[in-house]
Amino acid sequence: MPEIKNYTMNFGPQHPAAHGVLRLVLELDGEVVERADPHIGLLHRATEKLAEHKTFLQSVPYMDRLDYVSMMCNEHAYVMAIEKLAGIEVPLRAQYIRVMFDEVTRILNHLLWLGASGIDLGAMTMFFYTFREREDLFDVYEAVTGARMHAAYYRPGGVYRDLPDSMPLYTASKIHNASAVKRMNENRHGSLLDFLEDFTNRFPACVDEYETLLTDNRIWKQRTVGIGVVSPERALALGFTGPMLRGSGVAWDLRKKQPYEVYDRMDFDIPVGVEGDCYDRYLVRIEELRQSNRIIKQCIDWLRKNPGSVITENHKFAPPKREAMKQNMEELIHHFKLFSEGFHVPAGEAYAAVEHPKGEFGIYLVADGANKPYRMKIRAPGFPHLASLNEMTRGHMLADVVAIIGTQDIVFGEIDR
Amino acid sequence: MADDLNKLGDRLREVFADKVISLENRLDELTLVVASADMQAVFLRLRDDTGFHFEQLVDLCGVDYSTYGSELTEAGAYQVDEAAMNPFKLRFAAVYHLLSVEHNTRLRVRVFAEDDAAPTLSSVAELWPSANWFEREAFDLFGIVFLGHPDLRRILTDYGFVGNPFRKDFPVSGHVEMHYDAEQKRVVYAPVTVEPREVTPRAIREENYSRH
Repeated sequence: MPEIKNYTMNFGPQHPAAHGVLRLVLELDGEVVERADPHIGLLHRATEKLAEHKTFLQSVPYMDRLDYVSMMCNEHAYVMAIEKLAGIEVPLRAQYIRVMFDEVTRILNHLLWLGASGIDLGAMTMFFYTFREREDLFDVYEAVTGARMHAAYYRPGGVYRDLPDSMPLYTASKIHNASAVKRMNENRHGSLLDFLEDFTNRFPACVDEYETLLTDNRIWKQRTVGIGVVSPERALALGFTGPMLRGSGVAWDLRKKQPYEVYDRMDFDIPVGVEGDCYDRYLVRIEELRQSNRIIKQCIDWLRKNPGSVITENHKFAPPKREAMKQNMEELIHHFKLFSEGFHVPAGEAYAAVEHPKGEFGIYLVADGANKPYRMKIRAPGFPHLASLNEMTRGHMLADVVAIIGTQDIVFGEIDR
Repeated sequence: MADDLNKLGDRLREVFADKVISLENRLDELTLVVASADMQAVFLRLRDDTGFHFEQLVDLCGVDYSTYGSELTEAGAYQVDEAAMNPFKLRFAAVYHLLSVEHNTRLRVRVFAEDDAAPTLSSVAELWPSANWFEREAFDLFGIVFLGHPDLRRILTDYGFVGNPFRKDFPVSGHVEMHYDAEQKRVVYAPVTVEPREVTPRAIREENYSRH
């Protein structure tokens, strides 16, 4: 028998299961992990430092690029922190639009997670299925903001513009002939809300479809049941939030416990796990897909019945209307000051957190009365999750590391900032 | 919510009495400031006392207060307004955001590091394991040393990085840039060629400027 020694292995930064740019130094005893040391920062762009040198409004698009699979939720925490400090009132319709898009974003995020984590564990088909639905939601993003990913839609005081009355239509091309285009355009002849409603009606069946592929799948269960178990007390101490915490059985959700915007008017349930393993976290996220779908439906109903303004009338923070600017000197000055010097936020500090698809995403803002933040700290949910990787993988096999990275829903845009 | 905060505030004053340097309730958020010498005892009590029960450290971040309330002059230097500076006249602080899941309350604790030249605080990684990486980050970006931390290494910056990039005296453009040198056939570092520029100058207006 030859003597077996511990050895060190480099996992990433270009490994496809590393979900971006994670360099993981693994100390192995045979195939058993003794120690995992994640090296992060390969995507560090110093967003917080850059924000100190930009006006408050100029930093909004940076937020999309943090967690680049749940763009609007990042913006939400940022604009909420500014609104809190400056005491800006947000119109009710804008609050509903924000809640609706937060949930659209949650579905986008969970679908990417489901597809990617399926691929990690050998369920290749998941990716194709989930990207089919993601495509529709990206069309929703595009119709309302013009961008498929980096929306920059939320603004301090509301949202940039109201929901459009029409959806863009496909046109015939070499790839799709006229009859194919006709079929693709079938649900796109109404407004954005009609299209989204059609999606919410189709979506529960899609989730059932995902579940038939995974929930009772023997291989999927062998790879996830009993892997990466975290007790509720430990999950709290490790700073877990979101599905990672709920998977361990703690019913903590900011949308219920510290409701912001109009979440207190929404009817939805919080799923929790029992065992705290990868399989429970999978079940929690699947159920969140269904609950998000419910919330979107409620928002659509309300938004149909209640037209109104979507951004604050306070022109110290939000730009005035074009027509008004052409008639009124004061409005012209407001517009000019807003986009040159930017608005000023009173001195003080605020922490605003939202229930991001990955957990608690918070913005801690220190302002000294200038047109730029003095210090901005982004509390990324993935950061403490990844920090626990050493503890979660210890004693597991090398292949389980992939399952655990998958279950943590790691995105480096937010962890490295 | 506001009631809960007042109750918590009263209890904090009662329990920590002379250890409380300041306690502020603004925008529905409680901010407690304690001295770095007392921090270990205060944090232990905050975590374990059943009345507080802050079982989660949500966030920990460093702050550099050296140019607080300052404007950029035409020469490009910061004009520091002494009056607006923090009352402690200390440069570095760590800000802790605590969350009690049981009582559904949040608390912000700020601890200033005594020495501006070599800021040191004691580590809370023993109390909340989530502090481990947060403290590494504050150490990396601000150079605050956390005594008793099990593994205080840089975390976000590059291997071999020099300086603490989030300090206010560190330029946004950095000090070095890198490119591939075809002759030496490797990546080389050189002093930056970008000139730091501020597109929109930083400006502070009179109080209530944005109110009327």
